[in-house]
Amino acid sequence: MLEATPKEIIPRKALRINPAKTCQPIGAMYAALGIHRCLPHSHGSQGCASYHRMHLTRHFRDPVMASTSSFTEGASVFGGSSNLRQAIKNIFHIYNPDVVAIHTTCLSETIGDDVPSIIRSAQELIPEGKHVIHANTPSYVGSHITGFANMTVGMVRCLAKKNNADISCRINIIPGFVEPGDIREIKRLVRLLEIPGNIFPDTSDVLDSPMTGRLNFYPEGGARVETIEASGSAEATVSLGSFSSLPAALELNVRYGVEVVSLKVPIGIEATDRFVMRLLALSGRKTPPVELAKERGRLVDLMTDTCYQYQGKRVALFGDPDLVIPMTEFLLSLGMQPVYCLTGTPGRKFVEEIKRICDRRVPDLRVEAGADLFLLHQWIKNEKVDLIIGNTYGKYISKAEGIPLVRYGFPILDRIAYPYFPNVGYGGAMRLLEKISTALLDKQDAEASDEQFELVM
Amino acid sequence: MDILSERKAFVKRKRADSGLALDCEKASLPGAVSQRACVFCGARVVLNPITDALHLIHGPIGCASYTWDIRGSLSSESEIYRHSFSTDMREKDVIFGGEKKLEKALEELINKFQPRAVFVFSTCIVGIIGDDLEAVCKAAERKFGLPVIPVQSSGFEGTKSSGYRAAGDAIFRLICKGQAFRSEKEEKIPFSVNMLGDFNLAAELWIVKDYLKRIGIKVIATMTGDGKVKDIQDAPCARLNILQCAGSMGYLARRLKEELDIPFMKISFFGELDTINSLRAIAGFFEDRRIRENTERLIREESSRYSSRIEKYKKGIEGKRIAIYVGGAFKAKSLIKSFRALDAEVVFVGTQTGNRDDYEEISAMTNPGTIIADDTNPVELAKCLGEQKADLLVGGVKERYLAYKLGIGFCDHNHERKYPLAGFVGDLEFTREIYTSIQSPVWKILKREKDAGTLRYC
Repeated sequence: MLEATPKEIIPRKALRINPAKTCQPIGAMYAALGIHRCLPHSHGSQGCASYHRMHLTRHFRDPVMASTSSFTEGASVFGGSSNLRQAIKNIFHIYNPDVVAIHTTCLSETIGDDVPSIIRSAQELIPEGKHVIHANTPSYVGSHITGFANMTVGMVRCLAKKNNADISCRINIIPGFVEPGDIREIKRLVRLLEIPGNIFPDTSDVLDSPMTGRLNFYPEGGARVETIEASGSAEATVSLGSFSSLPAALELNVRYGVEVVSLKVPIGIEATDRFVMRLLALSGRKTPPVELAKERGRLVDLMTDTCYQYQGKRVALFGDPDLVIPMTEFLLSLGMQPVYCLTGTPGRKFVEEIKRICDRRVPDLRVEAGADLFLLHQWIKNEKVDLIIGNTYGKYISKAEGIPLVRYGFPILDRIAYPYFPNVGYGGAMRLLEKISTALLDKQDAEASDEQFELVM
Repeated sequence: MDILSERKAFVKRKRADSGLALDCEKASLPGAVSQRACVFCGARVVLNPITDALHLIHGPIGCASYTWDIRGSLSSESEIYRHSFSTDMREKDVIFGGEKKLEKALEELINKFQPRAVFVFSTCIVGIIGDDLEAVCKAAERKFGLPVIPVQSSGFEGTKSSGYRAAGDAIFRLICKGQAFRSEKEEKIPFSVNMLGDFNLAAELWIVKDYLKRIGIKVIATMTGDGKVKDIQDAPCARLNILQCAGSMGYLARRLKEELDIPFMKISFFGELDTINSLRAIAGFFEDRRIRENTERLIREESSRYSSRIEKYKKGIEGKRIAIYVGGAFKAKSLIKSFRALDAEVVFVGTQTGNRDDYEEISAMTNPGTIIADDTNPVELAKCLGEQKADLLVGGVKERYLAYKLGIGFCDHNHERKYPLAGFVGDLEFTREIYTSIQSPVWKILKREKDAGTLRYC
């Protein structure tokens, strides 16, 4: 299907071909699903909510609930205020959530709806003890990652408080746009390190809820409102990923003076080490728990056993910046060459960070933010790679060029179980390593002649 | 059943003694978790399968990302339609207008991909800032000498059905442009049809096309599954339009009848009964002995080919209670007939876009006690499925996991079908899929756990 991709790269000014990002509202919707008993609400046309739910459903293979203001021509001319008021009323009446998380769309942003003041004027429609929070998420700025960050900031703005007597929360952890399985693993690590940490947003047990034979409109999981409220009283906020999580940590710092600890998503050995060491320092303990040290030891053991399988291999890596950055670091620690690093999300910080990590170790490095998969394909056509790492959309290039794809990132639409198994932590790194190695060896087997075909590899 | 008062007129139980009079064709309530989409979605799904056209989405990136290659409609040649093209509008474009960017994008695209035609979709924001798509497209058409057609599909300007109409208008323009480029109107081709409203999901269109070929009928244009610009422009040469999905393509079929004098016939190739009736109806139109004989021979050959295997699966389906929630009413009606043939009982029927007549017809086809609903939401749907004790739901992607969570079977009759459901072979695949889902061993595991009380954590 990609035979038309020309080798010659001519800069494009106005055109995006095969995007490596999507728009803000879906990120906001995903973040909002990480609050317990929260109904995300899309203030825009019906199609937006429908597309976001469909996309998330395809990735998580679970029902995704979200409501919409169902804009019509009238609303677009006269403003969406009455639609939103009616929506607030209907939502509490029909779906009875604890929290409604409203995000805007390009439509409501462009017509200039002032969501906070509409909410203020609709106070009488909000039952006691219930919350309506909001975030501005214009689709023409940033990407889905920006939308995730903005909704997380919205949680802080609308819910967090400072209460000096509150000792229930010492450390906030904002895990970023990662999978439910990742969040579950981060929670386990935090428990192992005996840190009184509170995580939000938390989509574990929401988008990977167990089968019960009943439809739980609001599954068991999600950060409790009290958790987010208490975040203003915490000592520090550990934000994982500077694109998706740092803005909310900064907001907590500006509002309540909560210290900011900005880390990478703990993917790969080095990022996990830093995560563990920083949390250890925050906990006041001197040494990590034995269980964790053993996990790390098993990862290092696996890395030493198998390095000949992947060392020196060239990799094209694409996806969301907070996932690509630690993966780049991990690939380098495996002795691989992440020659092409690309994200669809705009941001110079991404390029700088990748260059800093690669330093002079990747002579052929090409890195670009705000780019698309057409460009990635052109890079690959010019100089081949051994492996592609990225989301499902990488499969077109993978097929066209006969290069294996390790599925990593959002969305994964064509393979099962991705959201369940963590990429984070030492265990996550072992799993990623297994996938990388298997992809390379499977290709070697598939292409080997009878003489070259080996039993033991 | 406990449902929102505003929704009561849209969800009704069929009674033996009174008419249905279901409310429908209204906008969804603000605040509803609706399963419906927007104008853009309607236009995009209809036009996307035109394989050698370039589909450029003028707007912020999301609309292009979510609709990138999700239709599952297959192509026999070009793959251009499977790319995702967007002007990726940024804040600056929203403030200063996006026309310049669109011009530039068209230039970059046409030079790179050499398409046969271009469709330019407007999105919500374009409708608000008022970019003049007509003017930009006209200029590009002159400059590059190929049809560049604007599709007025701003999301908020109506419903998904309005999107179908926008797509119909765009296809009509494409056809007319083809006529304009020709020196004189070409002659009608004998025994020829255009296929409308089949999108070649899982190669379904090819199955029907093969049947038509075998009975001696030539297919000129397919709209839009495996559609090709040149064929679509030749559509006026056909004697008849056969219309499958009337919800999405009925408007175009009517326009082609009124303005280009091509009659149309509603057909459906879902289920053995409808397949046979449709083939006979098409053959009947041409009033030709040879075609009639061929048709009867084909029906004899094909219907006996799969019957023993269908019978085998049927045993696991008989008496099961079935719920149907689909986009268009034509499909719901075919499904009701299919399930009747399998001796299963349809207990719930809903559509996203049905009209009053559709619902009366559906009501007449179903047993008293069946719940019939328009534009239902997940809460209602879950309640109905529980109350009606459904064993399986037929629906689209957003309903799949809802059904599974309730512990009942599911069949995708939308974009994500993996096996062809049309024609005689489709009947077998359909029966097999229903059987596989209803008889999956996983339900036994779930039931065992439930009975043993090991699911107490919830």
